[in-house]
Amino acid sequence: MTSSREAFMALLGKDLRTELRTMRSLPAMVLFAVTTFIIFRYGLDRTTLSGSLAGGVLWTTLLFAGILGINRIFVSELEEGGFDAIRLAPVDRTVLFTSKVAALFIYLAVLQLIVVPVFAVFFLPDWSALGPLVAVLIGANLGFSVLGTLISSMAVNSRARDLLVPLLLLPLVVPLMIAATAASAGLFDAAGPDYDGFGTWLLVVGLYDGIFLLVGYAVFDFLLED
Amino acid sequence: MPYSTFSWKTETGPGSRFNMTGRGLKTLSIATVLFLMAGFALVFLWVPMDADQGFKQKIFYLHVPLAIVALLGFIAGGVEGYRHLRTGDRRHDANSYVFIHISVTFGVAVLVTGAIWAKASWGYWWVWDEPTLVSFLIVFLLYCTYYPFRYAIEDRDRQARYASVFAITAGAFVPLNFMAVRMAESVIHPRVFATSEGGLPDSMLLTFLVCFVGIGLLWITLVKTEMVGKKVSGQVSYLRRRLHDDGSGGSVGGRIAPSVEAK
Repeated sequence: MTSSREAFMALLGKDLRTELRTMRSLPAMVLFAVTTFIIFRYGLDRTTLSGSLAGGVLWTTLLFAGILGINRIFVSELEEGGFDAIRLAPVDRTVLFTSKVAALFIYLAVLQLIVVPVFAVFFLPDWSALGPLVAVLIGANLGFSVLGTLISSMAVNSRARDLLVPLLLLPLVVPLMIAATAASAGLFDAAGPDYDGFGTWLLVVGLYDGIFLLVGYAVFDFLLED
Repeated sequence: MPYSTFSWKTETGPGSRFNMTGRGLKTLSIATVLFLMAGFALVFLWVPMDADQGFKQKIFYLHVPLAIVALLGFIAGGVEGYRHLRTGDRRHDANSYVFIHISVTFGVAVLVTGAIWAKASWGYWWVWDEPTLVSFLIVFLLYCTYYPFRYAIEDRDRQARYASVFAITAGAFVPLNFMAVRMAESVIHPRVFATSEGGLPDSMLLTFLVCFVGIGLLWITLVKTEMVGKKVSGQVSYLRRRLHDDGSGGSVGGRIAPSVEAK
């Protein structure tokens, strides 16, 4: 019996290698995000952003770009028989859940590594917010990956996959988006980063991550049964 | 109703007694009507006018019980989903579905009465500063996706399992969402339960409780009616299959028509 850690590393490595070779999700996510910034620039008619407007534009863009990746995270498993392989393999099935969460987390981190600096160059006169923003990004990514993996694995076996993922995911991530935008809004303050309430909102993000990590871990087994 | 035409497997063997009428449904309906009538009589004839809002406040006795019952129904749907996954008993999945279904229906009433109250109190149909109403809308939108999600899955076992997972996830989401939205908004709503005088007067509390019990009973009656309907249609399709091909093979339910081959 392979240990869970080995299985986890193998599955995560497989996902990352596939992504590196095929480039199925990440380039599309980055292109989408950058184009969305341009649409916001004209939609809002602003050349610089600050405060809650900056937070809103950044998180809306990251959310929708993320959905592109979430849509695809299980498609290869379905098409190439990855689900059957996992069912046959003598490993704990939740390993698939944790490895997909990790893969999605890495996708989102890479996306942000490219897109957040672009956002700063496009819209931010002052870049001092970017340091503390990393904490918000990590926290929100975790929650987003957990929920995205859960929803994507639910939707992948249905007829209307591409339609259902955003439909199910958007209401579920509203609390996460509230917390993430509220935490970032202060950081993007025109007069320099303002940490009022920053810790509380980070705590909400953490609580959200924790709850859905537990829920996902508890229910994921049932999504693989057949 | 595009989705009302499927049923759960209710495999009752020949000769088994099957409760087609829904035992206790009559008593329950009468109790519901009595409580609702008593509640509305108290609301319109007895309970004193609210000092701040006057007559408008009376929608409180409808709006708030509806909202509380709907939310409890959502959470109960999650609990039933959990029990379905634990036991594999399809009845729990049926319960989960019906609980969520009736609660979504109540949710429409909550949003409409909430909008009416907002219009009467503040002059706007929708007020973003009201965290409870906004949270309720988000929860309502989430549960609306339960139907397209459920019916996009072909396989019935998988459909039941996935729907249960949805019910559990959404059930955990309900309290979290209320907390997050409340934190994000400044609370300007007139809190009827906690006014500056300190809480609801006894007469209002009594009226509220009567209305709450009435609405709760209404929810239970509707759930029971729906369940009886599901059981009857399940029984009918079972009998129809037996009539045509001795009950072997064939699919259950009206959405996928049973394949009947002439012998």
